[in-house]
Amino acid sequence: MKQGQFILSVLVANHAGVLTRVSGLFSRRNYNIDSLNVAVTEDPLFSRMTIIARGDQAVREQITKQLSKLQDVKKIELLTPEKTVLREHLLIKIKVTKKTRGEIVESVNIFRGRVVDFNIDALTVEVTGESDKLDAFIKFVSQFGILEMCRAGALAVKRGAGNDNKEEE
Amino acid sequence: MKATGTKVIIETLIEQGCDTVFGYPGGAVLSIYDELYGHSDRIRHITCAHEQGAAHAADAYSRVTGKVGVVIATSGPGATNLVTGIANAYLDSSPVVAITGNVPLSLLGKDSFQEVDITGITMPVTKHNYIVKDVNELANLIREAFFIAQSGRPGPVLIDVPKDVQTAVCDFEHKKVIKKKRVCSATEEQLLKATELISQSKKPYIYCGGGAVISQAGKEIAKLAERIDSPIGFSMMGLSAVSADNPYWLGMTGMHGRFASTKAHSEADLIIAAGVRFSDRATGNRSKYTQNAKVIHIDIDPAEINKNIETHCSLVGDVGTVVTKLLDKVEKKTNTQWMDAVQKMKDLKEMRSCKDSVMHPEDIIEKVMEYTDASTIVATDVGQHQMWVAQYYRFKKPRTHLTSGGLGAMGFGMGAAIGGCVASGGKRTVLFTGDGSFGMNLIELATAVTYKLPLVILIFNNGVLGMVRQWQHAFFDSRYSHTTLDRKTDFVKLAQAFGASGYRATDIKTLDEALKKAFSTQGPAVIDCVIDKEEKVYPMIPPEGSIDDIITR
Repeated sequence: MKQGQFILSVLVANHAGVLTRVSGLFSRRNYNIDSLNVAVTEDPLFSRMTIIARGDQAVREQITKQLSKLQDVKKIELLTPEKTVLREHLLIKIKVTKKTRGEIVESVNIFRGRVVDFNIDALTVEVTGESDKLDAFIKFVSQFGILEMCRAGALAVKRGAGNDNKEEE
Repeated sequence: MKATGTKVIIETLIEQGCDTVFGYPGGAVLSIYDELYGHSDRIRHITCAHEQGAAHAADAYSRVTGKVGVVIATSGPGATNLVTGIANAYLDSSPVVAITGNVPLSLLGKDSFQEVDITGITMPVTKHNYIVKDVNELANLIREAFFIAQSGRPGPVLIDVPKDVQTAVCDFEHKKVIKKKRVCSATEEQLLKATELISQSKKPYIYCGGGAVISQAGKEIAKLAERIDSPIGFSMMGLSAVSADNPYWLGMTGMHGRFASTKAHSEADLIIAAGVRFSDRATGNRSKYTQNAKVIHIDIDPAEINKNIETHCSLVGDVGTVVTKLLDKVEKKTNTQWMDAVQKMKDLKEMRSCKDSVMHPEDIIEKVMEYTDASTIVATDVGQHQMWVAQYYRFKKPRTHLTSGGLGAMGFGMGAAIGGCVASGGKRTVLFTGDGSFGMNLIELATAVTYKLPLVILIFNNGVLGMVRQWQHAFFDSRYSHTTLDRKTDFVKLAQAFGASGYRATDIKTLDEALKKAFSTQGPAVIDCVIDKEEKVYPMIPPEGSIDDIITR
């Protein structure tokens, strides 16, 4: 987590336009989203949004309260990084030569990544982990030449046995 | 029973207690209007001249009655014309339900004739909105819309109904209306903390806002003021909450507030804010705002707590309910020294800005007060006249002051006067407006004539956009860029052309004569009040300023 960043886990109604409502609220209240991830939960009536945003305590409080006012927002939780499993996903296409291939594959293994596509002059690799780990991997392979890359926003769940969705009435 | 979408709309509106709607017909709401045609005995429809006027009228209707105001408009331009009215209702927390038609489902998203994405457009200015794609959901969505509009902090909700959903058939049964509850989530601990702050305070100041009007908490606020010996100041939205006859009443505070009200506000050691949102127009420089004072913030919207002003104690809930709970705990006290100091502030005579003008705005308002009573609905437009009314008109009953507070929408007045007059059961209603504001929606005069609404419309006519001009005078070295209108409109003839009565007042004597006629005529009357363009609204605290920066003349 970077300075001032915080994680919001937001349970929302799963229907059209909800993403616009949430992201629109951020922009009109002048808050920035660093990343946002949304997909349906185990209950098809709800989606979960994981939002990484930035701001001090007052901003966190305001964002949470303003989001609570949206009809489609069912539950919001401000997650503490220490008690949260946080994962990001990276797909990256790296330029390879005969000479560099070995070193790249070795680094993929060290970062517990996987080669998902293999060409004579390019490798596509997937890596999962916390933000810092992906940053480190990207930094390392940048010396070989990055052809293309694609990175998903963070997913987060609270550690432990509880299910946030089920607590909802 | 089986019902079409339009039948569902009308039946659900009636079920929700709606008997009056404002609107304007059009292609995408033909079926709704056909249904209204058959139910004119159960729902009265007021056809305005422009959808904006209809939206303001619905807003004003809800402000006067406390019920949900309903407005209907067609797709495309009809819907976009509502937007200012919806935004106005949103910023002033008015419960409005707007129903728009849209193109059939199959034509949605194809840039069809008169198609706009009105749910997208109004998303930031509604509490919630819907586009209904299945007629089976329509009734419940309308019920939900009414509930959302009224619950917690009220506000507008829009329902967009495509044409084919209006004609589709479904099962329909009436349901019992869910009554909104008076909420109070303030804890015992917080109430005790507030009580402690009040008992410690030597210079309390109750700052009363629109929330107190909506909650009808005037009686409780007055009781609290008496119990703790505290003056009451008001945001513009809160002005009618407590009668101006109350001995603790100081009038409006803020940028153009009464001197004593603003001065006491700045010198208080405890601000008990009830149903306010600490607008920049009321607080001025926020870092100086709490320099000397602790703040207790009572509001129904938890998101307002600590949004603009950091509070020392927050009490979330309906103002009336929270203050009642406070009254159970707070003990009687007197602050003689403080109240004496406040009295001295009140005794300072406020200066008139324009000594040699023939008819002062303040005198016009005082003259009009000779003709109105406590329950007269008074609407305003936006600008200098609006501030003068807020400063000098003595409101005595809640829900009698209709003004565009948060949005500051010129053009609000005509629609508001119509909605207010209809809501009052056709009683004589006063509109104070300016020549600029009136120009924006004067077409609604036609509506007032059609429905024989007894409006008395006073145009403060100075030939300029007075408030903007005042700022140009204060901050732009009197460079009056494009604020001198130089129009040749004859408002007397204009009124007559619309079928209304028209009078011109150039001094208090002619004003009195005009008022005498206007208050006894049928239908609307326009009085063109000629005032000096050098008249200013004072006192004035420049934006981001404090009491130290106050300009009194």
